[in-house]
Amino acid sequence: MNNELAKKIILPVLVFIAIIGVWSSIANIVEDFPTPADTYIATFGGENSEGDEVEGVLTDPFYVENEDDKGLFWQILESLKRVFAGFTLALIVGVPLGLFIGMSKNAQYAFDPFIQIFKPVSPLAWLPLLLFIFQDINMTAISTIFVTSIWPIIINTALGVRSVNEDYMNVAKVLRFTPMEKVVQIILPVAVPFIFTGMRLSLGIAWLVIVAAEMLTGGIGIGFWIWDEYNNLAYHNIIIGIIIVGVVGFILDLIMGRIADYFDYTKKGRA
Amino acid sequence: MGEQKFLHLENIEKRFPIPGKEDYIAVTNVNLEIKKNEIISIIGHSGCGKSTLLNMISGLDKETGGYIFLKGKEIKGPGPDRAVVFQNHSLLPWLSVYQNIEMAVKKVMPELSSPELRERVERYVSMVNLDHAKDKLPSEISGGMKQRVGIARALSISPDVLLMDEPFGALDSLTRANLQEHLMRIQQSVENTVIIITHDIDEAVLLSDRVIMMTNGPEATIGEILEVNLERPRNRVELQHDPEYIRCREAILSFLYEKFAKEDE
Ligand SMILES: Nc1ncnc2c1ncn2[C@@H]1O[C@H](COP(=O)(O)OP(=O)(O)OP(=O)(O)O)[C@@H](O)[C@H]1O
Ligand SMILES: [Mg+2]
Repeated sequence: MNNELAKKIILPVLVFIAIIGVWSSIANIVEDFPTPADTYIATFGGENSEGDEVEGVLTDPFYVENEDDKGLFWQILESLKRVFAGFTLALIVGVPLGLFIGMSKNAQYAFDPFIQIFKPVSPLAWLPLLLFIFQDINMTAISTIFVTSIWPIIINTALGVRSVNEDYMNVAKVLRFTPMEKVVQIILPVAVPFIFTGMRLSLGIAWLVIVAAEMLTGGIGIGFWIWDEYNNLAYHNIIIGIIIVGVVGFILDLIMGRIADYFDYTKKGRA
Repeated sequence: MGEQKFLHLENIEKRFPIPGKEDYIAVTNVNLEIKKNEIISIIGHSGCGKSTLLNMISGLDKETGGYIFLKGKEIKGPGPDRAVVFQNHSLLPWLSVYQNIEMAVKKVMPELSSPELRERVERYVSMVNLDHAKDKLPSEISGGMKQRVGIARALSISPDVLLMDEPFGALDSLTRANLQEHLMRIQQSVENTVIIITHDIDEAVLLSDRVIMMTNGPEATIGEILEVNLERPRNRVELQHDPEYIRCREAILSFLYEKFAKEDE
């Protein structure tokens, strides 16, 4: 068998076993902390430690009991919808703004200080203000994602524009390209890989933010679900929630990475 | 109007403002007349202002004094009548060889129908013998091939003048010789007016009808102009023993290393 491949399988398995070991000992020390076995049953269903047959949260993730009691699938879907709404808004505003800042020195001077100041602000700091403005859970979550995930898009788009080789612009000048032709035929192709790097960072931030936002706003969504399970004293579900958030985030990043590679001319033609 | 000058530089001066200091006068008092279908090369030590001069002809840079006329009209800014082959090829890396040329032709000749466009692009791809590589990206072809695409792209828009700033400078000597052959062969079939900047004395003599030798900066200007009276087509091997070739070589050598030697290099 391929040596490298074997390592790629065996080594993570070893780490997995170590994690289970650490987890089990924490469960031994901390009272009421769910063991790996408890958590497994709470996920996929089975016979619990008291000998009862129980359903897991993934046994039927699609159930709908009523408006406030829906399966995990619906919780995640709700979160994803908000993430994409906020992310799309950030994209619609961020890319043109980034292009503008990248192309004009004056725009850069004008906006740069504010980008630097707002970029490090935590979503939790925005949340009360936005909740006060919108008085609506959905709008608050979406706008929080918007204000925290727009920065990497602006910054990377501008960076992409600035990395356009002087020679390419000279070619455009000799051919007398209009400003629009310059943007479409030269600046965008150079900037697109940068824009996608920004989008990837931005989507990562958006997914981080959504959990925090939903915990504070309540309603429906994976963040709220985790918080709700805490209030229900269902600690095993918190662990499940963490893993699910991680897996979904990972998948989002993977998809984004694929799309980014597809549009990146430097990665083409080598296949 | 038959007596109208083709390309004409009159008292060209270029000064660069230096913050807090006096302006740096790179070139001054440059007067030059270039005939249609003439190949001239500009040679001079590094920093003497060759690129500066070429950039003013291309319009990518603006002279601070004097006038440049092409076919009786003053040059104001860059345009497709003066195509440029840049030193580092400057092909758009996300477009194939074919698309790089197509982009230029499409923009400059929007009236072409799509079969005419394709025919034209393919003709210029063939001119530099790149039919086999026309769908490749610049990153997939060699440096010499890239420079050939650059030449094809520049010629494809039927410019009045072809401007080349050390077009083969980044290439090894064999590839460079190969490209010089390409250029001479193309020139043989379709005549162009060409201005080529070079550091290479043999290249200057081999390619040009006249060699413009520049003095050192600051305030560089044209020192001497050498006529190269060699028949075309020229053969680099036979030329090695040609008295005219040897005379030209020696004239340039003496200009560069005796009359205008650079002490600090
Ligand atoms: N934008 C600028 N500002 C100030 N000085 C400049 C500028 N561009 C060029 N120069 C100066 O003008 C002089 C001529 O430069 P230029 O690039 O034309 O030389 P060159 O003959 O092409 O040299 P090389 O053979 O090395 O390419 C140099 O001394 C250079 O430092
Ligand atoms: Mg130069």
